[in-house]
Amino acid sequence: MKPKWKISPYLYILPAFIILLAFRLIPIIMSFIISFYDWSIQGTGKFIGLANYSTMMKDPVFWQSMLNTFWLVIIQVPATIVFSLLFAVLLNRIKLFKSFFRIIYFMPYVTSLVAVSIVWKLIFNEQTGLANTFLGYIGISPQAWLSESRGIFYLMFQSIGVELPKFLHGPSQALFGIIIMTVWKSLGYNTIIYLAGLQNISKDYYEAAEIDGASKGKQFWHITVPLISPTTFYVLIMTTIVSFQTFAQIYLMTDKGGPLNTTKLVVYYIYEKGFDMLEMGYASAVALALFVLILALTIFQKRVEKHVNY
Amino acid sequence: MDKFRSLITYAVLLIFGLTMVVPFIWMLSTSLMTQSEFNKQETLFIPKQEYHIWNQGGETKRILLVMEKGDNSIIHVLDDELNIVEEYKEVPSSQIELVRKKPSLQFSNYIKAFKKVPFGLYFANTLYVSFTSLIGVLITSMLAAYAFARMEFRGRDFLFYLFLSMMMVPQPIYMISSYILLDKLNWLDTYNALIVPWIANIFTIFLFRQHFKSLPKELFDAAAIDGCSTFGILWRIIMPLSKPIIATASIFSLISSWNSFMWPLVMINRPELRVLQVGLSYFNQEASTQTTLLMAASTFSILPVLVLFFLAQKQIIASTAKTGMKE
Repeated sequence: MKPKWKISPYLYILPAFIILLAFRLIPIIMSFIISFYDWSIQGTGKFIGLANYSTMMKDPVFWQSMLNTFWLVIIQVPATIVFSLLFAVLLNRIKLFKSFFRIIYFMPYVTSLVAVSIVWKLIFNEQTGLANTFLGYIGISPQAWLSESRGIFYLMFQSIGVELPKFLHGPSQALFGIIIMTVWKSLGYNTIIYLAGLQNISKDYYEAAEIDGASKGKQFWHITVPLISPTTFYVLIMTTIVSFQTFAQIYLMTDKGGPLNTTKLVVYYIYEKGFDMLEMGYASAVALALFVLILALTIFQKRVEKHVNY
Repeated sequence: MDKFRSLITYAVLLIFGLTMVVPFIWMLSTSLMTQSEFNKQETLFIPKQEYHIWNQGGETKRILLVMEKGDNSIIHVLDDELNIVEEYKEVPSSQIELVRKKPSLQFSNYIKAFKKVPFGLYFANTLYVSFTSLIGVLITSMLAAYAFARMEFRGRDFLFYLFLSMMMVPQPIYMISSYILLDKLNWLDTYNALIVPWIANIFTIFLFRQHFKSLPKELFDAAAIDGCSTFGILWRIIMPLSKPIIATASIFSLISSWNSFMWPLVMINRPELRVLQVGLSYFNQEASTQTTLLMAASTFSILPVLVLFFLAQKQIIASTAKTGMKE
C-alpha cells in the first residue's frame, strides 16, 4: 500500500519517537556525559574528566558489588535454565492438569517483586521463617540466611568437616538466599518459553529415535537439547540481562546490601551512590560500566550462538 | 512402566508446584493469624487460637500463663477485653486448662494494615498512573505499529531497530540521568514523572506490528479503493479486528505499571503521591515486626494482579510463549 503523503508515516511514528527520544535516548547519552562530571543534586556539576572512572577502579565496594553480581549471575542463570527446561519437559509429557501446573508455575512471575521480597524476607527469618522450619524436617540445623555473611560453599563443606580455601567460599549465604528467591520468581516465565520451544520440535525425530531403540535419556541429550538450543540462548541472554539488574530484592530483603556488603549488587550500589550519597556522576560511571559489561556479554553470547546453532 | 513414569512425572511436578505456591499460602495464612500465634510458631499454615483458662470448679476466667512452678502455676487474670486485672496470682496447675479454637481467622489484620498506612490513596495513585499510561501506550503504539507494519518509508527498518535496541537498555543505566532530566523539567514529585516517560512502550509496538502484519492485504486495498483515508483504515478497519491483541497488550501494560518499583521509588518523595509498591516498601520498613499486618498488606497488594492473571491467564501465557519465538 502506498501512503498518500510522504510525510504521513513519520507523523504516525512521531508520538512514540518523541517519548523514546526524550526519555530513553537522551538520558542514555546524558548518563555517558554525566559520568565525566562531579555531579551532586544541585546545579550542573563540574567536569572532572576520567576521575570518576579512576576512583571506581580503586573502590573496593565497587569491586565487591561486581563480585557479588558475578556470583548471582553465574548461579542464577544456569539454575534457571536447568530447572525451567526440566519443568517444561515434564509439562510437555502430561495431558491432565497441564494448564493447572502452568498457572501455578507462572504465578510468581506476575506478582510484584516488592510483595514477594517481603514474603521471602520472612521466609528466611532465623526464628520464625519457613526455610528453617523445612530444614528442621530434614534434620539440618537452623541457618542465619539473610544475616549470614560467610560463604555458602564454605558453610556446606564446613558441616561435613572440610575447610575450604578462601577463594572457594562462594557467595554469602545471604546472597544465596536472594538467588533462591530470584530463581523462584523467574522460573515460570522461562518454563513457558521452553514449553513453546518444545512444542516446535517435530515428533518425527522422537519416533525415529524410538524405532532405533534410543532410550528416553539419549533422546533428551541428542534430540531435545540440541534442537531447543535457540530457546536456551534466548533464555540465557534474557536471564543474564535481567539478573544484572536485580535491585528490589536487595532494597527490601537486606539492610543496605549487608551483611558486610555481601549482598550489595551493582544496581543497588548505583542507587546508593546516586540517590543516598548524591554522587550522581560517580553513580553514572558505575552504571556505564555495567552497561558496557552487559553489552559485551550479550554480544559474546550472540557470537557463541551463531557457532552453536544450525 | 509407562504408568510408573507418568506417576513420577506428576510427583515431581507436584513437588515443584508446591514450592511455587507455598510462599503464597504462607503469606495468606500468616496474614490471618494473631501476632502472638505467629511468634510462637505453633502452627505453620492454619491459624488457630489458643489460650488458657482458670477453672475453679465451674467458674472460668481467661488468664495468661506466666510460668509453671511445681504443682502451681503463676498467672495473670484477664477480663473480657484481655486486660490484666490480677497480676502474678499463684493457683494449682490442675485448675488450668488449655482452650483451642480453630481456626480463627483474623480478617481484622487487613483493616488494621489498611488503616495504618493510607493504602487506599496508594491504590488510587497506582490505578491512576497505570490507566493513564495505558491509554498513552495504546495510542502511541497503535500509530507507530501501523506505520511500521503497513507503510513503506525511508529509514523504517533503521527506526524500528533503534526502537528495539532502546528496549534492551536496562533501566538502571538511565535512572540517574532521567532523574536529572525530570528535575530540570520540574517534574519530580509529580504524576508526570510516573506517566509521561512510560507512554511509549516498544514491547507493545512490537506486539501490534506483528498483528497488523498478519492481517490480509486485500482488506487494506479494498478500503483504500472505497476512499478510506490512511487514518480511517486504522480507525475503522484495523481497530475492530485488533480487540484481542489490544486486550492482551493492555493486561501486560497494566501488570508492569502496577508492579513497577524502582522508578517511582526514586522519582517520588511526597507521601501523597506514592504508588502502592513504594507505599508497601515503606510499610515494610516501618512495621517490620508486625509480620501479620505486613503479610496482609502484601496479600492485598498482589490481589488485583492475581485476579487479572487468573481471568486472562490463557492470553497472558500464550503471548508470553510467543515472545521467545524467533520471527
